[in-house]
Amino acid sequence: MKKRTGEVTMEMSRNALISLAIGLSLAAPAAAQEIKIGLSGTFTGPNATNGIPYRNAAEIYPKTLGGVPVKWILLDDATDPTTAVKNARKFVDEDKVDVILGSTSTVTATAMSDVAVESKTPQIGLSPMQIPEAKLPWVFNLPQPVPIMVSAIIEDMKKSGMKTVAFIGYADGWGDLNWNALNQVAKKEGINVLTGERYNRTDTSVTAQALKILATAPDAVFIGASGTAAALPHVTLKDQGYNGRIYHTHGTVAKAFIDAGGKAVEDARMPTGPVVAAADLSDDNPVKKVSLDFIQKYEGRWGKGSANPIAGYAWDAMLLLDAAATDALKKAKPGTPEFRVAMRDALQSGKDVAGTNAVYRYTPTDHYGVDERARVMVVIKDGAFRLAK
Amino acid sequence: MNSTIGLLLLQDGLTTGFIYALLALSILLVFLVTRVLWVPAGDFLVFGALTLALLQQGQVPGTVWLCGALGLTTAIVESWRAWRSGIWQDWPLVVGISLGTPLLVGGAVLLWASSKPALPVQILLTLALIVPMGFMLYRVAFKPLADKSILTLMFVAIAVHYALVGLGLVFFGSEGYRTQPFIPGRIDAGFTRISWQLTLVVATSAIVMTVLWLFMGRTLWGQALRAAAVNRFGARLVGIRTETAGGLAFTLAALIGAFSGILIGPVTTLFYDSGFLIALKGFVGTVIAGMASFPLAVLGAIVVGIVESFSSFYASAFKEAIVFALLIPFLLWRSAVEPRSHETHEHDE
Repeated sequence: MKKRTGEVTMEMSRNALISLAIGLSLAAPAAAQEIKIGLSGTFTGPNATNGIPYRNAAEIYPKTLGGVPVKWILLDDATDPTTAVKNARKFVDEDKVDVILGSTSTVTATAMSDVAVESKTPQIGLSPMQIPEAKLPWVFNLPQPVPIMVSAIIEDMKKSGMKTVAFIGYADGWGDLNWNALNQVAKKEGINVLTGERYNRTDTSVTAQALKILATAPDAVFIGASGTAAALPHVTLKDQGYNGRIYHTHGTVAKAFIDAGGKAVEDARMPTGPVVAAADLSDDNPVKKVSLDFIQKYEGRWGKGSANPIAGYAWDAMLLLDAAATDALKKAKPGTPEFRVAMRDALQSGKDVAGTNAVYRYTPTDHYGVDERARVMVVIKDGAFRLAK
Repeated sequence: MNSTIGLLLLQDGLTTGFIYALLALSILLVFLVTRVLWVPAGDFLVFGALTLALLQQGQVPGTVWLCGALGLTTAIVESWRAWRSGIWQDWPLVVGISLGTPLLVGGAVLLWASSKPALPVQILLTLALIVPMGFMLYRVAFKPLADKSILTLMFVAIAVHYALVGLGLVFFGSEGYRTQPFIPGRIDAGFTRISWQLTLVVATSAIVMTVLWLFMGRTLWGQALRAAAVNRFGARLVGIRTETAGGLAFTLAALIGAFSGILIGPVTTLFYDSGFLIALKGFVGTVIAGMASFPLAVLGAIVVGIVESFSSFYASAFKEAIVFALLIPFLLWRSAVEPRSHETHEHDE
């Protein structure tokens, strides 16, 4: 009895597939004038905090790119590299997308890039990632690379005449990335790195590391962590009587960090995309207009105070695609391999595109595309992020 | 390093060491009575801390729904079992706890959460919500397997741990929480500054340990637990029901776990998945004590805390490696002193 039901379902699904195929082939000529963009993100799972703003921003995405209708296809990869690759395959094989966006964590974004390169589809990574030479033709990186952000900290220190810095960061890839960048930039700028301490996101105490840092009496401390877990060393340092300046990574620019740190994180400084302090920017900064427009649209949908730099990345990806599509549509039709090449070429044409987090300028050899216009230094004042003077 | 720093490190080590010691007690208690390796000890700590944190923010913690789902599952499973076996003796109590807790406590939380009740009420609500879950978990997951090997029980415990962590992510999200400090600041003791938190942690842990010791030594229930721990077969012969002892051990373990969470909540940011590492360090403490003695387990866990604190100072990148490497010399020493393991003991019965 059971077996027969199974057969019937099989038969039905085959029929459904056939009719679907017919439907698709009939619809194909009409769909040719439609751009398809696949966005895979960490909307659930441990990295959901960084993924959800992308999904929210996608809701206010425009209906056209370069004047042509666009279909945004959103998939959740649950912060799992295997699922991210599956999503990328689905984008390429079934949906035949023109550009892949994502994913929104370094691990998942890196996992997807193999599919992008293999299928010759441009990919814009939405989390800082390393792009090896072999992947350079197809993979673009959108968020600011760590050394750009760390150099803002060193610059800010030099402005205040500080000469020594101590480091405490995660004992993982993110900590390493920041620690290496700090050493590299500090050496160049003549700042002395006194000590490098490590801790785990789930640690319950960093008193010992804080004491070690205090013993070296640094002018400033750089905490290479992210999110709410970055509050622990900050609070401990304050608790142990540290009065110097404390810097954080751009991974802490979120309301949750201020909530977790409370009064102790007042005066903390961190580099971030200019969108965070958009209202404080000077009027000739091209980022200001774009940012204010984005904030108005995003907060119109999600409520006051909801705009954040992560959703800003999502908006910037759209702006980049919009600019590229305008050029690429002159050369080829969406849905063809030629169009994907044209999109890639348009993305790396070396034109300035003003976004909310940076002024992007990709070239065939530089797929990071951001410079010092991509960051500002903000400071926590009265429980809010303000532009540091 | 000078003596000031040394004393501060010692304080830090004691604060975390006492938390590890509490978890070590719960792990050892559960292991001796039921032979289950209590892997989810840390998850109960996290549930305790995060439930309190959300109550303080005036929100309804997700553990209300977890408690409800678990209670309902327990009630259904127990009813089915009673119906199959025809033994209804336990049924009213078990079903009463399983359904009563979510209804009464959960209802109270739903009703009061937004009005932010006073701290003692928040703590009581948290404990009342979390502690019965230990009992329910025992009835659902472990009681039917009471006669299986230690290895099987450990696999089930690990499965329960992963289920709880996954549910923690759903209920609390991936961001961490910190509860408000009970008493902020430090006392100046002349030669060093002692944090109030340390005093609080040490004092309350000492009280919990003493109460536990009195309970085990002086009450009939405690003696039944001890009898079941020493020899389950013998305990059954003299009329002690080992499943009652098991349920009691799990309830106590959940109580200790949730209580440690409340204690540690103001000191650190806790995440849905923070518990495992904390429990693992408590476990190192019990292993140092040979998985047998309560006072030695407490001592072992405190040693772990202090070693961790000092190794964080000297080599923070390697501190976990140093703490877990502590196991090796102790295991070598243990295997030299007492070659008979628990598993072979089981087969002797």
